[in-house]
Amino acid sequence: MKTKKPNAFLNKVKQYSGALTILVVLLVVLALTTKTFMRVDNILSVLRNISVNGLLAAGITCVIIIGCIDLSLGSTCAAASVISVVLNTSMGWNVWISIIVAILVGGFIGSINGIIRAKTMLPPFIITLAMQQTIRGIAYVFTEGTPIISTDNTFNAIGKLSWPTIYNAAGEKVFEGIPVIFFIMIVALVIVDIILSRTRLGRHMYAVGGNMEAAKHSGISYTRIAVSAYVIMGIMAGLGGVIMSSRLYSGQPTIGVDFSTDAIASAVLGGTAFGGGYGSIMGSFIGACIIGVLNSGMSHLKIDAYWQMVVKGILILVAVYYDSIKDDLKIKRKKKAEG
Amino acid sequence: MAKEQVLLMSDIDKRFGGVHALDHVTFEVLKGEVHVLMGENGAGKSTLMKILDGLYTADSGKVFIDGEEVHITSPLQARDLGVAMIHQELSMCENMTIAENIFRGEEMGKYGMVDFKKMYADAQKILDDMNLKLNAHTIVKTLSIAQKQMVEIAGAVSHNAKIVIMDEPTSSLTEVEIKELFKIVRDLKAKDTGIIYISHRMNETFVIGDRVTVMRDGQYIDTLNVAETNEDAIIELMVGRAITEVYEGERAEGGEVVLKVEHFTNEKLKDCSFELRKGEILGFSGLVGAGRTELMRAVFALDKVEPGAKMTLFGKEVHFKRVQDAIDAGIGMVPEDRRGAGLVLGHSVATNLTIAVLKKFIKGIRVDKKKEREIVEEYRHKLSIKTTGPDQVCGDLSGGNQQKVVISKWLAAEPKILIMDEPTRGIDVGAKHEIYQLMRRLASEGVSIIFISSDLPEIINMSSRVVVMHEGHIAKVLDGAEEEFTQTKIMRYATGQGQES
Repeated sequence: MKTKKPNAFLNKVKQYSGALTILVVLLVVLALTTKTFMRVDNILSVLRNISVNGLLAAGITCVIIIGCIDLSLGSTCAAASVISVVLNTSMGWNVWISIIVAILVGGFIGSINGIIRAKTMLPPFIITLAMQQTIRGIAYVFTEGTPIISTDNTFNAIGKLSWPTIYNAAGEKVFEGIPVIFFIMIVALVIVDIILSRTRLGRHMYAVGGNMEAAKHSGISYTRIAVSAYVIMGIMAGLGGVIMSSRLYSGQPTIGVDFSTDAIASAVLGGTAFGGGYGSIMGSFIGACIIGVLNSGMSHLKIDAYWQMVVKGILILVAVYYDSIKDDLKIKRKKKAEG
Repeated sequence: MAKEQVLLMSDIDKRFGGVHALDHVTFEVLKGEVHVLMGENGAGKSTLMKILDGLYTADSGKVFIDGEEVHITSPLQARDLGVAMIHQELSMCENMTIAENIFRGEEMGKYGMVDFKKMYADAQKILDDMNLKLNAHTIVKTLSIAQKQMVEIAGAVSHNAKIVIMDEPTSSLTEVEIKELFKIVRDLKAKDTGIIYISHRMNETFVIGDRVTVMRDGQYIDTLNVAETNEDAIIELMVGRAITEVYEGERAEGGEVVLKVEHFTNEKLKDCSFELRKGEILGFSGLVGAGRTELMRAVFALDKVEPGAKMTLFGKEVHFKRVQDAIDAGIGMVPEDRRGAGLVLGHSVATNLTIAVLKKFIKGIRVDKKKEREIVEEYRHKLSIKTTGPDQVCGDLSGGNQQKVVISKWLAAEPKILIMDEPTRGIDVGAKHEIYQLMRRLASEGVSIIFISSDLPEIINMSSRVVVMHEGHIAKVLDGAEEEFTQTKIMRYATGQGQES
């Protein structure tokens, strides 16, 4: 980003060097210390597990780029999860329509976040903290706090399906195939990446996060940008919720309580600046991979589940600290330039 | 009787990037003197005071307090050395009491426990000694601005300040409050405190000042005894740089009226009406806070106006709801606060330059990279913006080049009306010259320019007509074709005493 370099690809790698280094080191360490981690079935399981967090990380990246935050994404997942199953199994709606409505409800929740932010200018932390409670509460009210079992085979298959499954001559399975939900995530990320990097909306989002006042002076509507970013977030959370439901064969009002932790950690690890104005889907994807590998790897290292939380917490702190000194370094460099 | 020197700032030099903010300035204050510091915006007064207060560090030069050399590196240290700054924007903890604010940061007591009884007693004594009818238990939020200022001064007194800096202390006070403030200033004087008084108000200099030092463009100009000088002499020192070829060129002639603004009123504006003609440079002069920027913000739909306001653009009545409407109608605005409102400093020259014209090269998800580069290169070349490349981060550019990026951003949108708010503030003479040339060229191409400036020589030399504002209303419109602009004339209207002569 700094100055023009001849090799664009090298530049890209350099841009994500920090996150990529962490990822590679983790993989090497796990390959050497465990026999099980690098097995194909385990890698496929990691891919399956990062699918939802990848979606959420992409959504939160948009929100952080415009200088905001979303703590309500986990509740939004739960709401979408419940709605998809209620519409489909309980009310007998077509499976695809149920899914689309659930995802749109996610987007609608996001739009409320965005409108409140733009109209009141309250801190996004507070708005989405309140929204987190509200939405979770509604999900509980809807379900009386219990999971709703999904009986639709199509719906339940989404979380299970893999492609391409390969058989050998004897008809034995040699390769399970890559989980379909991983493909879904990749497609969604590509779309969000295109929005961010190739559309006017995307550029406006970076501008608003970089300097809200300058953006306003350039004719950019803050309301439009805030709503757009939160709607993208909401749609990602809605999609994530549906995928969770399918994997669990049920609508779960309790899921996603700690989803925002992993999503924010992924974005920050991927170099999204908490102050807004910088960040990329590629970076957040790498961040999501790190979190996924870490989650799985710690289990293979037989680290106690409670200790896993401790490790992740510390990792987030380190990543945020690195993010902050990265900004300091930038300022220092600027000061140097100013003499 | 010769008074003792309490402060000497000797040969102070400070640069910010390409800007020479202070050029070897020497400044002294005597005990028991009110030393007024005057100069236009950007003359370096605030920078000099911030160095004294430890907010900035000088590149070179020495500071002596009571004859001893000191190295001030923080406001806290400045306070310990007896320097107290009464800020332009008051910095107090609004929800705390007067006493807590006076002793903020040095609460008395043992083992980390605050001795509230002693604190309130001491604070009350200070207030009483200053004859302020205030209770030390009062929450600061409930005080008037003048009272808050008094409390800040009380804080300074509590530290036995030797030097008190007052930065535009009267800017938000009423006449009565100013009288009270002056009484306290005189009390401080009687206690041999040296007072540095920064003000734009000429009459105050003569009421309260003993000596006046004038600064201009970061340089020390002269120090005069107030009793031996007059208003005109000081103004001349403040603005009187030789009018060189910096302004070369013909005065732009206005054509037909393109923009008519009528009855603009809001919190900051009182019934403002003016006309802008095709191809003219319409200067807007006035003191800081006169409402020039606010008027333009209203025109550009950044701020709202009360009903009854009317705007006619190219003969058609228009109502802008959003900034984008103004942009679509052919208006561009180079804001006063270039770093705060003009640019995203952390982003590249290319992204900043094209942010208002993305439509030209992004259609849906199709980004015409070639077209984008063309736009960037065109203006980089036209305005000779000095960068390492289109991807250089704007924060790393000099002030002049940053300003050129902001101007380019609007030129790329091909405006018919360009509002330029203090476009030359804080940039060097060379870049100023280039911007003046550009303004003349644009005007000759038929672009109408609204030119806000606090720099009188540039207003006088660049404007076709000059609108003078005073306290939110338009005091006078001077036409260069009918009369000659003079600084005194403009200053008179700007200070609200313009009706006579």
